[in-house]
Amino acid sequence: MTWWYRLTHLRKMEDQLHKELAFHIDELARDLVERGHSPAEARRLARIELGGPEQVKEECRDARGTRWVEDCFQDVRYAIRTLRQRPGFAAVALLSLALGTGATTVMFSLIDGVMLKPFAYRDPARLLRLWERTDFNTSWGNLWEFTYPDYLECKRGVPALETAVWYYHQGTLAAPGAAEYEDGVYVSPDLFPLLGVKAALGRTFLPEEDRPGAQPVALIGDRLWQRRFGRRPDALGERLVFDGQPYTIVGVMPANFRLEDDAFEVITPIGRMSGGILHERRWHGFHVWGRLRAGASLARAQEELGLVARRLAQAYPESNRARTFIAESLKPDAGDAKSTLLLLLGAVSLVLLIACANIASLLLARAISRERELAMRAALGASRGRLARQCLTESAVLAIAGGALGVILAAIGMRPFALLWPGGLPRVQEVQLSWRVLLFALGVSLASGLLFGLAPALRAPARYLERALRSRSRSLAGGTHLLHRAFVISEIAIAVVLLVSAGLLGRTLLRLSALDPGVDIHNVLTARTSLSPSTLADPERTRAAWKDLLEQARHVAGVESAAMVDTVPMREGSNPVNYSTVPANVDDGRQYPIVLANSASPDYFKVTRIPLLRGRYLTEDDRRGTQSVAVIDEVMAHQAFPGRDPIGQPLWLGIAPDPAIVVGVVGHVRQWGLAADDQSKWRAQLYYPFAQVPDTLVHRWSDLMSIVVRTSANPLNFVEPLRKAIRGATGDQVLYEVRTFEYLASASLARQRFLVLLFGIFAGLALLLASIGIYGVLAYLTSQRVPEIGVRMALGATAPAVMRMVLGQSMIMILAGIVLGAAGSWLPTRSLQHLVEGVRAVEPATFAAMIAVLAIAALFASYLPARRASRIDPIKALRQE
Amino acid sequence: MPAKFDLPQGTLDLLILKIVALGPVHGYAIAQRLHQVSRDVVQVPQGSLYPALHRLENRGFLAADWKDTETGREAKFYRLTRKGRAQLDAEAAGWRRLTEAVSLVLALSEGGAE
Repeated sequence: MTWWYRLTHLRKMEDQLHKELAFHIDELARDLVERGHSPAEARRLARIELGGPEQVKEECRDARGTRWVEDCFQDVRYAIRTLRQRPGFAAVALLSLALGTGATTVMFSLIDGVMLKPFAYRDPARLLRLWERTDFNTSWGNLWEFTYPDYLECKRGVPALETAVWYYHQGTLAAPGAAEYEDGVYVSPDLFPLLGVKAALGRTFLPEEDRPGAQPVALIGDRLWQRRFGRRPDALGERLVFDGQPYTIVGVMPANFRLEDDAFEVITPIGRMSGGILHERRWHGFHVWGRLRAGASLARAQEELGLVARRLAQAYPESNRARTFIAESLKPDAGDAKSTLLLLLGAVSLVLLIACANIASLLLARAISRERELAMRAALGASRGRLARQCLTESAVLAIAGGALGVILAAIGMRPFALLWPGGLPRVQEVQLSWRVLLFALGVSLASGLLFGLAPALRAPARYLERALRSRSRSLAGGTHLLHRAFVISEIAIAVVLLVSAGLLGRTLLRLSALDPGVDIHNVLTARTSLSPSTLADPERTRAAWKDLLEQARHVAGVESAAMVDTVPMREGSNPVNYSTVPANVDDGRQYPIVLANSASPDYFKVTRIPLLRGRYLTEDDRRGTQSVAVIDEVMAHQAFPGRDPIGQPLWLGIAPDPAIVVGVVGHVRQWGLAADDQSKWRAQLYYPFAQVPDTLVHRWSDLMSIVVRTSANPLNFVEPLRKAIRGATGDQVLYEVRTFEYLASASLARQRFLVLLFGIFAGLALLLASIGIYGVLAYLTSQRVPEIGVRMALGATAPAVMRMVLGQSMIMILAGIVLGAAGSWLPTRSLQHLVEGVRAVEPATFAAMIAVLAIAALFASYLPARRASRIDPIKALRQE
Repeated sequence: MPAKFDLPQGTLDLLILKIVALGPVHGYAIAQRLHQVSRDVVQVPQGSLYPALHRLENRGFLAADWKDTETGREAKFYRLTRKGRAQLDAEAAGWRRLTEAVSLVLALSEGGAE
């Protein structure tokens, strides 16, 4: 007879047990009758002999070994019944738990998808990311991407690793259809087997397609396939023109294919890359990934990489001196989303904690009012453990039901929430309800159940049975008052922590929004711009093409001025370069100060209205063949020429061997965004004319250029006219990443705004829950004191005096909570300062305001029970006694 | 009448196994048999008989069938399983060794250090 059988045939087991014992008593009674007892007497004696039938049955049930499961069923049924008796309490508890676990689960599912889940490649644990590392530190640090020659050497010289390489390659897709800018990538054909990724349609590259002069082939991304080919399978074999080159499509990648977090629409073999970069020993831009071969260890791979590096350092001291190669495991990098997620997880956990404290105090109050019932059951033979377990079961039922609701909420809410993420959440496609998330939700529910079930359960062992049974209407509250107060105090403390954090963030956002970005952001439109690939071969033609393009932009009706620049304020991307105020080759690997160098056309200052402080702006006369010039900002002036007049001073930059002469000083622009600029590492800025960029760099610089136009009205109305105007003779010049300056300024605060919104919501919830908690506990405590208050009033206490007494009681709790919370908010405010740009120490005014909000809410919550207490009718109260 | 003894811990199981080993038998009969065989010396609380039976059944030493008694009533008859037989042998051997050892100790003559 298995335990499963026993469980599923409980009723039968019970019947048989009853029959067996009845048989025993009958037989014994019969024997006793034979020995001369009267039948009634015989039955009585037989019963005495056997002992109490119910106790014997209990012991037999215990002996069955399935007892705990049966009890569990029974407890669960009992718990559901008692919860249904108080639907109000159950609803409040379930709702707050569902919100708490739901929000925590959403945060965890994001953390899981963004940070914990490994990449969707074959056997991701054996994948490695390779870096070049220099022994010396430059201004950029000591980790570098690979050069292509170094990659080839490592591929040959490191048997422990399979390696593959890729290189970003954005460009204009000119055909089929209208020209558009697309993200592309060069890859080595062995990247696909390395990652275990196959084409969704067609095939990936063959090794022979990876050399110069090979048949030009391309893979396209899922989105491009959808947009340009309507997912038709006959896209295979079609031609496309990307970055001026024709290709034949041989395959379509699966929709989820990413490298790092980027999706690519045009993928081409790296071996056909032109421009000599493949032979450059100093061009560090190639991403090298590796996979440990079967049986090889990371240590061995590392050793072999070191050997190759030493050999190269000897063979090419110029480029490879003091340079080695390192491998680390390929892990998702969530960037600053990581800290935001952890902050939010911390905040929702605090809300959940308050919810738990609330439910705990409600359950505790109920456990006390049920004291007589429990004492009765203890007297009837229920063990302490059994009663405690029953209490815990009730909490567990509550917790799991709340958790299940929470998971449903989370399942509905996690995708929309992830898509709401400012600036897009990395790896957002990985956010799903995985088993890890479910396990987390279960863990959180059970932990919170234990948290709020423990106090009532520990009370359950009725120690003073007799007293409990004898006391009539009044229950024994005694020591639990302290526990109740502790709950309220901790709720207030947590609410203070959240309120102060939210206040700090709100204050920060206000301060940052009021900052001057340094440019006039009204009616300015900017867009990255890509010239026709046909103009890029010759520097003179390129310069002319830019001039034409700006001229065409200026002719659009409503455009007041137009200019070009490589880095746009508050947008991603910057161009930090080394500089020196004394003659030097600033690219010799030594440490130099850094300036953010912007190459621009002269009208840039007119469009952006950056104020001129000294000297002059750049002009059309600053061109190739005249003296190299630069305009610097006030930060640079202060940093490079403290106490001197910068005008006329030479600056050696990495751009040309000759120094540029400073001709003007302009205002500082918050290049890194409103929030981040004050704290950023590199703030000094410099502008130099695009017209003076050396021939060798013109092509590369052109790839980075954006146009900036000032318009007479809402700049978004000019996007289409501008697109048409700059299309060019060949129709393949395109604008992409079109933004207004106003948008960029606001987006630079998106993270702060998002945090303010969420912390605001969490703090509000915390305030609400804590108020409910205070109300509940005070109402309970005063109801316990009704007879006492009655006596006081009978002895002459006035209603206001009673009210003061109750309010005084709550004031003590509120004060204690505030003190604790104020001390406790030290940690979150420090981490906010650390993790969120622009956050400074809490100002006393913010602190005071938040405390005041809390104190008012808390006092209001205590007012209601206090008023009720003051209206107690002494006669009734005493009668109740 | 000599004083009655409470059963030493664990011996109830041994006695039950032994009695059941003599042939299928119901709970009441086991109680009767214990009573008679021990000549009223051993006090078996009837209340603890059934939990013990159920425990032994649960551990697989006993199996049970519902059969009619000679008086025509349906009763639960316990019988020894193979596992129960092994358990009985092991426990009986253990018991014998223990009692022998105890009697040996008790047989020591007092004051006999010489």
